[in-house]
Amino acid sequence: MKQKSIVLISFGYFEKELLEQVARDVEKEFLLPTLTREGHIDLSDFYDAARRQYNGNLLLKLIDTQFGAGTHKTLALFNIDLFIPILTYIFGQAYLNGQTGIASAFRLRNEHYGLKPNESLLKERFRKEVIHELGHAFGLIHCHNTQCVMRSSTYVEDIDQKSHRLCENCRNQITNSTK
Amino acid sequence: MARKVSILIVDDEDSVRDSLYNWFIEDGYRVECAEDAKKALSILETEEFDIVLADIKMPGMDGLEMLKRIKAIRKDSIVIIMTAFATVNTAVQALKDGAYDYVTKPFDPDDLSHLIRNASKQILLSEENEKLKEKVVSLENMEDLIGQSEAMQQVLREIESVSQSNASVIITGESGTGKELVARAIHANSPRRFFPMVCVHCGALSESLLESELFGHEKGAFTGAVYNRKGRFEMADSGTIFLDEIATISSKMQVELLRVLETRSFVRVGGHKEISSDFRVICATNRNLRQMVDSGEFREDLYYRLNVVNITVPPLRERTDDIPLLVNHFIKKFCVAMNKPLVTIDNAALKVLEEYSFPGNIRELENMIERAIVVGNGKKISVKDLPVTEGVAGNTFESLTDLEKNHITQILNKYSWNISAAAKALQVDRVTLYNKIKKYDLKPAK
Repeated sequence: MKQKSIVLISFGYFEKELLEQVARDVEKEFLLPTLTREGHIDLSDFYDAARRQYNGNLLLKLIDTQFGAGTHKTLALFNIDLFIPILTYIFGQAYLNGQTGIASAFRLRNEHYGLKPNESLLKERFRKEVIHELGHAFGLIHCHNTQCVMRSSTYVEDIDQKSHRLCENCRNQITNSTK
Repeated sequence: MARKVSILIVDDEDSVRDSLYNWFIEDGYRVECAEDAKKALSILETEEFDIVLADIKMPGMDGLEMLKRIKAIRKDSIVIIMTAFATVNTAVQALKDGAYDYVTKPFDPDDLSHLIRNASKQILLSEENEKLKEKVVSLENMEDLIGQSEAMQQVLREIESVSQSNASVIITGESGTGKELVARAIHANSPRRFFPMVCVHCGALSESLLESELFGHEKGAFTGAVYNRKGRFEMADSGTIFLDEIATISSKMQVELLRVLETRSFVRVGGHKEISSDFRVICATNRNLRQMVDSGEFREDLYYRLNVVNITVPPLRERTDDIPLLVNHFIKKFCVAMNKPLVTIDNAALKVLEEYSFPGNIRELENMIERAIVVGNGKKISVKDLPVTEGVAGNTFESLTDLEKNHITQILNKYSWNISAAAKALQVDRVTLYNKIKKYDLKPAK
């Protein structure tokens, strides 16, 4: 029987401390052992020269087929500007109630918006985005609770408004679905 | 909890459909996709969607053509057109053809969320609005039509069956039985309910005033006609006109009314232009129109034109079973209106009411309860709070007619024939008082 666990695979450079902290937060939120490891892929296959961004749909498909096997949930972490054909950018995406997802720190950095770098804010945003995408992989849709990490965030400011925790309702949904 | 809003995505590109599908599913919408307009239209034939998000450029039928076809099936559909190549002309054309909005691919995630959220809000609000409208209209107009007696149930059944038609209705019944309420209930349950119900109390107006009131007048038509004025028939366009005390109109007005009912058009007093109006007529009278036709007081042709359906509202004395229900209803109504705690009624008082003949019918009962709440101890209505005992025990008249005639004369004399003051004291409206004066041929003492 497949051991239930969550795996965070980093593609590109991430501080070890950041990854470990995020893994601990994920473990706490989903009550499952969470591991981190490094992955390597050729990102040029996903680069769209016209948009100067990386195709999130193609990346998610690749992660699902090549890295999803053998784990309960897998989330790939990137530092690149992601898009999907219909939207100008995304912070991340996941298969709803699926096995895999992707999240990028690229648009979570203050520098991207012409502001001073803020490492602690970046870490805070990143853990929220990781937990949010994993929430989708666990079958959660966007939540109306302003504090819930599953609240929809289309701007970084939206991410700053919510907490990194699941609300009681969302937590119960996960508990019920994993029983 | 609000229901899930449904979205149909129509785009020939797989990646666009998949992206939008995932995006909306995560937002909690019900989503379906179609790869072209033909498939979308066939889905829409069997299933309803709140929002259609369609690409403008698709092989076969394009988005604009599909928009027109969707609008032909369901006029209030919300269709949002997407395109990769925005031009002002296509945007304007889409909006002209009834698109809710027009967006250029790729969208900013926030714009897309806002667009769909606003459209969803509009859908849910208009649904809520429709439900509330129906609720308010039916509550407002049916709540006073209370009664479990067979006679009243029959009236309610007749209201229900006549409401959906466009037929003219004559409501007959004694004064105070609630004829206007029946008319309002018919209007409120008819397809015309969101248009005006215009009431005209024919008995309270002289012939010339009634003519001007019904047909309107042009500026300068007579002294005092300073402005053009719409008549009641014109105001009732798409709605209902309620002609109360129809039996009181003069022979000349009967002819005029017949002409309007036949042609649905009229000319304002002092005017030349023919004005058309689509109205339904409901009349009320406390007299026997058939007898008036036989005696030549009322035109037969007009009678048949008006009397397509006849509803007779029973007098209260013929449905005494309903008195406890009505009493409780009026207690609740007046206690709430006066901001007082709910009072009860003792058995003796209720018995007195059940035995009373109520010449003024429900209006009289209503006024009695209002008075009892005002003068009572604020807890329980007892016999002493009801004016009925004095009236019944303290007179020397045998017939109710004599009792009523005498009482009205006394009150009129007391208020020096000031009709408004006397009507107020008698707790009836002025029209009823005028009718009683006419009926008993009352005249001021010289």
